[in-house]
Amino acid sequence: MTVLVQEADFDPGVEMAALSAGRTDVGGVACFVGLVRDIAGGATVTAMTLEHYPGMTERQLEEIEAEARSRWPLQEVRILHRHGRLLPGDRIMFCGVASAHRGAAFEACAFLMDWLKTKAPFWKREETPEGERWVEAKAEDDDAAARWR
Amino acid sequence: MKLLYFAWVRSKIGMAGETVSPPETVRDVAGLLDWLKGRGPGYADALANPAVVRVSVNQRFARLADPIALSDEIGLFPPVTGG
Repeated sequence: MTVLVQEADFDPGVEMAALSAGRTDVGGVACFVGLVRDIAGGATVTAMTLEHYPGMTERQLEEIEAEARSRWPLQEVRILHRHGRLLPGDRIMFCGVASAHRGAAFEACAFLMDWLKTKAPFWKREETPEGERWVEAKAEDDDAAARWR
Repeated sequence: MKLLYFAWVRSKIGMAGETVSPPETVRDVAGLLDWLKGRGPGYADALANPAVVRVSVNQRFARLADPIALSDEIGLFPPVTGG
Protein backbone atom coordinates (compact mmCIF):
# COMPACT_ATOMS: atom_id res chain seq x y z
CA MET A 1 0.00 0.00 0.00
CA THR A 2 1.56 3.26 -1.08
CA VAL A 3 -0.21 6.58 -0.80
CA LEU A 4 1.84 9.78 -0.85
CA VAL A 5 0.64 13.37 -0.47
CA GLN A 6 3.45 15.86 -0.92
CA GLU A 7 4.37 19.33 -2.13
CA ALA A 8 7.50 18.19 -3.97
CA ASP A 9 7.60 17.13 -7.61
CA PHE A 10 8.18 13.49 -8.51
CA ASP A 11 9.80 11.48 -11.29
CA PRO A 12 7.17 9.43 -13.17
CA GLY A 13 9.83 6.98 -14.31
CA VAL A 14 10.92 6.30 -10.75
CA GLU A 15 7.30 5.88 -9.63
CA MET A 16 6.54 3.52 -12.51
CA ALA A 17 9.67 1.43 -11.89
CA ALA A 18 8.76 1.12 -8.19
CA LEU A 19 5.57 -0.73 -9.18
CA SER A 20 7.52 -3.78 -10.31
CA ALA A 21 10.85 -3.37 -8.51
CA GLY A 22 12.25 -6.64 -7.20
CA ARG A 23 9.53 -8.86 -8.62
CA THR A 24 9.20 -11.05 -11.67
CA ASP A 25 5.49 -11.91 -11.52
CA VAL A 26 4.21 -8.57 -12.84
CA GLY A 27 2.67 -8.79 -16.30
CA GLY A 28 2.27 -5.07 -16.80
CA VAL A 29 1.87 -1.69 -15.21
CA ALA A 30 -0.66 1.00 -16.11
CA CYS A 31 -0.04 4.60 -15.06
CA PHE A 32 -1.75 7.97 -15.22
CA VAL A 33 0.00 11.29 -14.69
CA GLY A 34 -2.14 14.39 -14.22
CA LEU A 35 -0.73 17.75 -15.41
CA VAL A 36 -1.66 21.41 -14.98
CA ARG A 37 -3.18 22.79 -18.19
CA ASP A 38 -2.73 26.42 -19.23
CA ILE A 39 -6.36 26.78 -20.26
CA ALA A 40 -9.62 25.92 -18.51
CA GLY A 41 -13.16 26.92 -19.41
CA GLY A 42 -11.88 29.22 -22.14
CA ALA A 43 -9.64 31.19 -19.75
CA THR A 44 -5.87 31.27 -19.51
CA VAL A 45 -4.57 29.66 -16.34
CA THR A 46 -1.27 31.08 -15.12
CA ALA A 47 -1.00 28.99 -11.94
CA MET A 48 -2.98 26.62 -9.76
CA THR A 49 -2.95 26.03 -6.01
CA LEU A 50 -4.05 22.69 -4.63
CA GLU A 51 -5.41 22.60 -1.12
CA HIS A 52 -6.26 19.41 0.77
CA TYR A 53 -7.51 18.08 4.08
CA PRO A 54 -4.46 16.51 5.77
CA GLY A 55 -5.38 13.23 7.40
CA MET A 56 -8.66 12.74 5.58
CA THR A 57 -6.86 12.85 2.23
CA GLU A 58 -4.57 9.95 3.12
CA ARG A 59 -7.46 8.00 4.67
CA GLN A 60 -9.62 8.45 1.56
CA LEU A 61 -6.82 7.50 -0.83
CA GLU A 62 -6.09 4.37 1.23
CA GLU A 63 -9.76 3.41 1.13
CA ILE A 64 -9.90 3.96 -2.64
CA GLU A 65 -6.81 1.78 -3.05
CA ALA A 66 -8.34 -0.94 -0.83
CA GLU A 67 -11.50 -0.85 -2.92
CA ALA A 68 -9.48 -1.28 -6.14
CA ARG A 69 -7.59 -4.21 -4.62
CA SER A 70 -10.88 -5.87 -3.67
CA ARG A 71 -12.10 -5.61 -7.28
CA TRP A 72 -8.99 -6.55 -9.28
CA PRO A 73 -5.98 -8.82 -8.66
CA LEU A 74 -3.37 -6.08 -8.17
CA GLN A 75 0.21 -6.71 -7.19
CA GLU A 76 1.14 -3.11 -6.43
CA VAL A 77 -0.59 0.27 -6.27
CA ARG A 78 0.99 3.73 -5.99
CA ILE A 79 -0.95 6.95 -5.64
CA LEU A 80 0.99 10.19 -5.30
CA HIS A 81 -0.79 13.54 -5.20
CA ARG A 82 0.84 16.94 -4.87
CA HIS A 83 -0.47 20.04 -3.11
CA GLY A 84 0.62 23.66 -3.10
CA ARG A 85 1.15 26.10 -5.98
CA LEU A 86 1.79 24.60 -9.42
CA LEU A 87 2.42 26.07 -12.85
CA PRO A 88 1.11 24.98 -16.28
CA GLY A 89 2.93 21.85 -17.37
CA ASP A 90 3.69 20.81 -13.78
CA ARG A 91 2.80 17.30 -12.66
CA ILE A 92 -0.16 17.15 -10.24
CA MET A 93 -0.39 13.46 -9.49
CA PHE A 94 0.65 9.92 -10.31
CA CYS A 95 -1.53 6.84 -10.18
CA GLY A 96 -0.10 3.45 -11.12
CA VAL A 97 -0.96 -0.21 -10.72
CA ALA A 98 0.83 -3.48 -11.41
CA SER A 99 -1.01 -6.67 -12.28
CA ALA A 100 -0.36 -10.00 -13.96
CA HIS A 101 -2.68 -8.98 -16.80
CA ARG A 102 -3.30 -5.78 -18.71
CA GLY A 103 -7.09 -5.83 -18.42
CA ALA A 104 -6.98 -5.53 -14.63
CA ALA A 105 -4.23 -2.92 -14.80
CA PHE A 106 -6.05 -0.64 -17.26
CA GLU A 107 -9.40 -0.96 -15.48
CA ALA A 108 -8.02 -0.48 -11.97
CA CYS A 109 -6.05 2.60 -13.01
CA ALA A 110 -9.16 4.19 -14.54
CA PHE A 111 -11.21 3.26 -11.48
CA LEU A 112 -8.68 4.79 -9.09
CA MET A 113 -8.71 8.05 -11.04
CA ASP A 114 -12.50 8.21 -11.28
CA TRP A 115 -12.96 7.59 -7.56
CA LEU A 116 -10.12 9.87 -6.55
CA LYS A 117 -11.71 12.70 -8.54
CA THR A 118 -14.91 12.48 -6.50
CA LYS A 119 -13.74 11.18 -3.09
CA ALA A 120 -10.32 12.60 -2.25
CA PRO A 121 -10.53 15.97 -0.46
CA PHE A 122 -8.47 18.19 -2.77
CA TRP A 123 -9.53 21.57 -4.12
CA LYS A 124 -8.01 23.54 -6.99
CA ARG A 125 -7.79 27.31 -7.14
CA GLU A 126 -6.80 28.77 -10.51
CA GLU A 127 -5.01 32.03 -11.17
CA THR A 128 -6.14 33.71 -14.39
CA PRO A 129 -5.54 37.21 -15.84
CA GLU A 130 -9.09 38.04 -14.61
CA GLY A 131 -8.33 36.97 -11.05
CA GLU A 132 -8.46 33.85 -8.94
CA ARG A 133 -11.27 31.30 -8.89
CA TRP A 134 -12.05 27.98 -7.26
CA VAL A 135 -12.45 25.16 -9.75
CA GLU A 136 -15.99 23.76 -9.69
CA ALA A 137 -16.66 20.05 -9.55
CA LYS A 138 -17.86 18.63 -12.87
CA ALA A 139 -20.99 16.53 -13.31
CA GLU A 140 -19.12 14.27 -15.74
CA ASP A 141 -16.71 13.36 -12.92
CA ASP A 142 -19.68 12.11 -10.90
CA ASP A 143 -20.88 10.16 -13.95
CA ALA A 144 -17.43 8.64 -14.43
CA ALA A 145 -17.30 7.54 -10.79
CA ALA A 146 -20.85 6.17 -10.93
CA ARG A 147 -20.06 3.75 -13.75
CA TRP A 148 -18.03 1.60 -11.31
CA ARG A 149 -20.87 1.00 -8.83
CA MET B 1 -16.41 20.08 18.54
CA LYS B 2 -13.59 20.88 16.13
CA LEU B 3 -14.70 22.41 12.84
CA LEU B 4 -12.41 22.65 9.81
CA TYR B 5 -13.23 24.73 6.74
CA PHE B 6 -11.68 24.27 3.30
CA ALA B 7 -11.58 26.03 -0.09
CA TRP B 8 -14.32 28.62 -0.57
CA VAL B 9 -16.13 27.57 2.59
CA ARG B 10 -13.00 28.75 4.44
CA SER B 11 -12.77 32.01 2.43
CA LYS B 12 -16.41 32.87 3.03
CA ILE B 13 -16.42 32.06 6.75
CA GLY B 14 -13.06 33.81 7.08
CA MET B 15 -11.09 31.23 9.06
CA ALA B 16 -9.61 27.77 8.63
CA GLY B 17 -11.33 26.30 11.65
CA GLU B 18 -12.64 26.77 15.17
CA THR B 19 -13.81 24.88 18.22
CA VAL B 20 -17.51 25.28 18.99
CA SER B 21 -20.02 23.96 21.51
CA PRO B 22 -23.43 23.88 19.85
CA PRO B 23 -26.53 23.51 22.07
CA GLU B 24 -27.75 20.00 22.82
CA THR B 25 -30.58 20.40 20.32
CA VAL B 26 -27.96 20.18 17.54
CA ARG B 27 -27.70 16.43 17.11
CA ASP B 28 -26.96 15.77 13.45
CA VAL B 29 -25.16 17.25 10.44
CA ALA B 30 -28.29 19.04 9.20
CA GLY B 31 -28.80 20.61 12.62
CA LEU B 32 -25.19 21.75 12.74
CA LEU B 33 -25.45 23.42 9.31
CA ASP B 34 -28.62 25.25 10.40
CA TRP B 35 -27.02 26.38 13.64
CA LEU B 36 -23.85 27.57 11.88
CA LYS B 37 -25.85 29.63 9.40
CA GLY B 38 -27.06 31.78 12.29
CA ARG B 39 -23.53 32.62 13.44
CA GLY B 40 -23.00 35.44 10.93
CA PRO B 41 -23.25 36.60 7.32
CA GLY B 42 -20.08 34.74 6.28
CA TYR B 43 -21.53 31.46 7.55
CA ALA B 44 -24.91 32.17 5.94
CA ASP B 45 -23.19 32.88 2.63
CA ALA B 46 -20.94 29.81 2.77
CA LEU B 47 -23.78 27.46 3.69
CA ALA B 48 -26.58 29.10 1.64
CA ASN B 49 -26.76 26.20 -0.81
CA PRO B 50 -26.43 22.90 1.07
CA ALA B 51 -26.28 21.04 -2.26
CA VAL B 52 -22.73 22.29 -2.81
CA VAL B 53 -21.46 21.78 0.75
CA ARG B 54 -19.88 18.47 1.66
CA VAL B 55 -19.46 17.42 5.28
CA SER B 56 -17.07 14.95 6.89
CA VAL B 57 -17.34 13.58 10.42
CA ASN B 58 -14.03 12.31 11.81
CA GLN B 59 -12.52 12.41 8.30
CA ARG B 60 -15.27 10.34 6.63
CA PHE B 61 -17.94 11.70 4.33
CA ALA B 62 -21.20 12.21 6.22
CA ARG B 63 -24.87 12.62 5.33
CA LEU B 64 -27.27 15.24 6.66
CA ALA B 65 -28.94 12.74 9.00
CA ASP B 66 -25.68 11.44 10.50
CA PRO B 67 -25.32 12.10 14.26
CA ILE B 68 -22.60 14.37 15.64
CA ALA B 69 -20.96 14.66 19.06
CA LEU B 70 -18.84 17.28 20.85
CA SER B 71 -15.76 15.06 20.47
CA ASP B 72 -16.06 14.98 16.64
CA GLU B 73 -13.81 16.62 14.05
CA ILE B 74 -16.09 17.96 11.37
CA GLY B 75 -15.00 19.23 7.97
CA LEU B 76 -17.07 21.52 5.74
CA PHE B 77 -16.01 22.03 2.15
CA PRO B 78 -17.15 22.21 -1.50
CA PRO B 79 -17.32 19.17 -3.79
CA VAL B 80 -13.76 17.97 -4.32
CA THR B 81 -11.73 18.84 -7.44
CA GLY B 82 -8.45 16.92 -7.20
CA GLY B 83 -6.79 14.61 -9.69
